[in-house]
Amino acid sequence: MSLLSNTAVLLGKELRTEFRSRELLTTTAVFILIVMVLFSWTFGPTTEEARRFSPGLLWLAFFFAASLMLQPCFLREQNNDTLSALRLSASDTFAILLGKVAANTIFLLLSELLLLPIFAVLYNVPIQPVLPEMLLVLFLGSLGIAVSGTALAAISSQARMRELMLPILLFPLLVPVLVASTEVTRSLFDPNPLVKWKGIGFLAIFDLVFLTALWLFGEYLLEE
Amino acid sequence: MLKTIVTCVLLFVLIALTAYIAFHYAPIERTMGIIQKIFYLHLPAAFTSFVALGVCFFANLMYVFKREAKWDWLGVSAAEVGLAFISVVLVTGPIWAHPVWGIWWTWDARLTLTFVLWLLYVAYLMLRSMLEEPEKRALLSALFGIFAFLDVPLVYFSIRWWRTQHPQPVILGGAGSGLDPRMRIAYLLVWAVFLALMVLLLKARYTLESARADVDELRREAEAV
Repeated sequence: MSLLSNTAVLLGKELRTEFRSRELLTTTAVFILIVMVLFSWTFGPTTEEARRFSPGLLWLAFFFAASLMLQPCFLREQNNDTLSALRLSASDTFAILLGKVAANTIFLLLSELLLLPIFAVLYNVPIQPVLPEMLLVLFLGSLGIAVSGTALAAISSQARMRELMLPILLFPLLVPVLVASTEVTRSLFDPNPLVKWKGIGFLAIFDLVFLTALWLFGEYLLEE
Repeated sequence: MLKTIVTCVLLFVLIALTAYIAFHYAPIERTMGIIQKIFYLHLPAAFTSFVALGVCFFANLMYVFKREAKWDWLGVSAAEVGLAFISVVLVTGPIWAHPVWGIWWTWDARLTLTFVLWLLYVAYLMLRSMLEEPEKRALLSALFGIFAFLDVPLVYFSIRWWRTQHPQPVILGGAGSGLDPRMRIAYLLVWAVFLALMVLLLKARYTLESARADVDELRREAEAV
């Protein structure tokens, strides 16, 4: 129980810090928008092509944005020297990581939701009929990105060239998420939408595997 | 020193011998012809790289729990040697695929997995070079190595389920899938020699890493004085 209450308090702290300035959300949303528009220009998609490529482009845009958005989550603590204080105050280091994972998932989801309608308009993809399923995929995919991304941000924040190291570590690791979420999204955008439960289950398994790994090895990530 | 030289010479002779067996003793494959010979390099290199990466994962786990520098040295040695063997796989694969499949590369499950593995362990080595302090480098790279290894089955299944378009040509598909016994002997011999080569490289790299750590330590001491 103390893990959950600790996590809730830490999540509250992350959200408060962000919503004071909303810097992270606005910049991430604008970044995703720019990537989407750039993709649209380079491919000049007609409706048929858009349907084929757009799920991949959508998730790539989210990936790029996530690799930037995840950077500050430990850098901020480092710059203000607050990580040791956090470690002292939380009874379990896993709660610190879990709070950050939850916060990052929420930030990612919010910016994705903000951009999804614009994406639907730009790429001419009907989203309303499959909205609940789409939300589920977005949630599971973002959770997967946030879980592995938070762990790797903790690692990369201590390295040189950290801004470049995070995507280098993160993207190969996220190949399964990219493949599965793109596949599920593509069949959802089909004229006859189809829910690929296997893909959704796979995303859930990915999230579970990395959450377990974070639970097992998380305390070592934050060692000094 | 003498022991190393003797082992190297012995291994060199063995490699020459297995090359002879692979090229002259094993029969020429009926449909692919002479190009199939590259498999004697390709497959054993792939198996050997998996062994090396398994060693790397084991060393990473041991480091996280034991915190002894020797596990870190073993981890980086195994990652580098494994990477060398994966590179052999990635180079020989397209050389074979071009005449036989008519394309250099396809995003099929095994190819993709090998490529992602290569990227993951390149990232592992890059991360190491970006971390200054020895203990922090050992711990953080070991953690990344563990995450990377856990990712491997997930990569494999995601690609197998959703990205493989081409049916796989069956090589060594199941026990005794019509493989000539002489070919099997050649495969096993090459693999055995490659494993011996892997151990030799691992040992050399490990010695190098421990010497490097010693030098670092001395330099630190000198700077502190």
